[in-house]
Amino acid sequence: MRHNDLRSRDHAGYWAFVVHRVSGLVLALFLPVHFFVLSRALANPAGLDVFFAWTSQPGVKLAETLLVLALAVHLAGGVRLLFVEFVGWRAEGQKTAIALVAAAAIACALLFALNA
Amino acid sequence: MPTLPDTPTFPVRIWRGGADGAFRRYDVPRRASQTVLDVVTHVQRHVDPSLAYRYACRVGMCGSCAMTVNGRARWTCRTHVDAVDGDAALEIAPLSHLPIVRDLVVDMVPFFDKWAAAKGQFVPTATRYDDFAKVEPGSAARRAIDATIECIGCAVCYASCDVVGWKANYLGPAALNRAFTLVNDVRDGAGIARVRAIARDGGCESCHTHQSCTRRCPKHLSPTGSIAALKRVMTRAALKGEL
Amino acid sequence: MDARVGAAPVVDAGERIEGARFAAWLFVLQRASAAVLALCVLVHLATILYAVRHGLSAQAIVARVHASAVWPAFYALFVVAVAVHAPIGLRAVVGEWLRMRGPLVDALLALAAAGLLIGGLYTVFSLGR
Repeated sequence: MRHNDLRSRDHAGYWAFVVHRVSGLVLALFLPVHFFVLSRALANPAGLDVFFAWTSQPGVKLAETLLVLALAVHLAGGVRLLFVEFVGWRAEGQKTAIALVAAAAIACALLFALNA
Repeated sequence: MPTLPDTPTFPVRIWRGGADGAFRRYDVPRRASQTVLDVVTHVQRHVDPSLAYRYACRVGMCGSCAMTVNGRARWTCRTHVDAVDGDAALEIAPLSHLPIVRDLVVDMVPFFDKWAAAKGQFVPTATRYDDFAKVEPGSAARRAIDATIECIGCAVCYASCDVVGWKANYLGPAALNRAFTLVNDVRDGAGIARVRAIARDGGCESCHTHQSCTRRCPKHLSPTGSIAALKRVMTRAALKGEL
Repeated sequence: MDARVGAAPVVDAGERIEGARFAAWLFVLQRASAAVLALCVLVHLATILYAVRHGLSAQAIVARVHASAVWPAFYALFVVAVAVHAPIGLRAVVGEWLRMRGPLVDALLALAAAGLLIGGLYTVFSLGR
């Protein structure tokens, strides 16, 4: 049988799905690292400051911003899906909903990046 | 069929063979208001009679002529050559996600097998000796299926669904849309058996709301909406311990 | 030619123990944990943004977290919700994009859930000390 290529995937709903899935994967893979680093830093309070100093490097700041973006977009996109599935939001409104999700996530990431 | 003198031709790529086939190029006369079905029909009648394809009504009612045109599933009788993709060459292939019988013909059996697996058949409860069933047109259940009853099983949504391509046992948008329609049919007697049919692995839980089905449905149905509603039905049944 | 007219239907392939109840409950748990996480993540994002906005130092953050028993309780709930939500989400990704399904995959994901739960609660515990 034949399969589809990108030509059939040129619509917002598909790319919203890709962003949701990729952000979820990033977060799932980040979590164990997050728990490990936090528990090490908390076990040694002085180490927490050393840790925070390390995180002030620009490369780390960028990574943190991307993580905040991933978290915000996965949250907002997930809320959109919960509304579609349980409140019954209809197909016509989804492009607007997706735009709002993207806007909220970018706003969140910017708030973090500009203040951090 | 008389050919106009000096009619310019344009190249068309048409899938020939089975799954291991390939595109073959044909040069087809360009005509005003030409549809993709016109193109395929011209090739079969005037160039290569061995080209296999399906159509019936040719006026956008039966759904038999569904094929993949420039990567998107559509009814070829309702797709004008003008409207396809700007400058890209016309490319005609069989529907995705179904076994290829030959050329542009796919085997619809798996599509209808899944229709049956979703309990897409009406289960009667009355006999000829009973009075007519009364379906209240203004009732929530009847209004919910106003659009969904119009499905004619053309498989464009099935061919467009990415999850169908990724997950062999996913029932797919058409089967689930039909199951939703029957769940809301007050005359139907399938009851919890149908809810179990759409609750299992490969049922409504596999839908990720891409909306490719809704976008491509030639009758403007929203299987995404039907499937979301089925998720609510399934959740209620699970929480009540009915599954 | 790969026509399969008359062949057995595809839908029963690989079903085994995935009856309606199991699949439906995985869905319900995924969505319920999503709803819990929606609230937890909102709070988490808000606290992160508050902390960076006010330039809180490490000591300040830890002090505020120690100040109330609500924080460990909150983060413990967060961890439980994540331990349910992430593995079920991964199950879909692994099944669809890597085409890996079956009892072994489910067992590994259950292990991942346990790992997230234990690792997360241990971290929350360190926070409470």
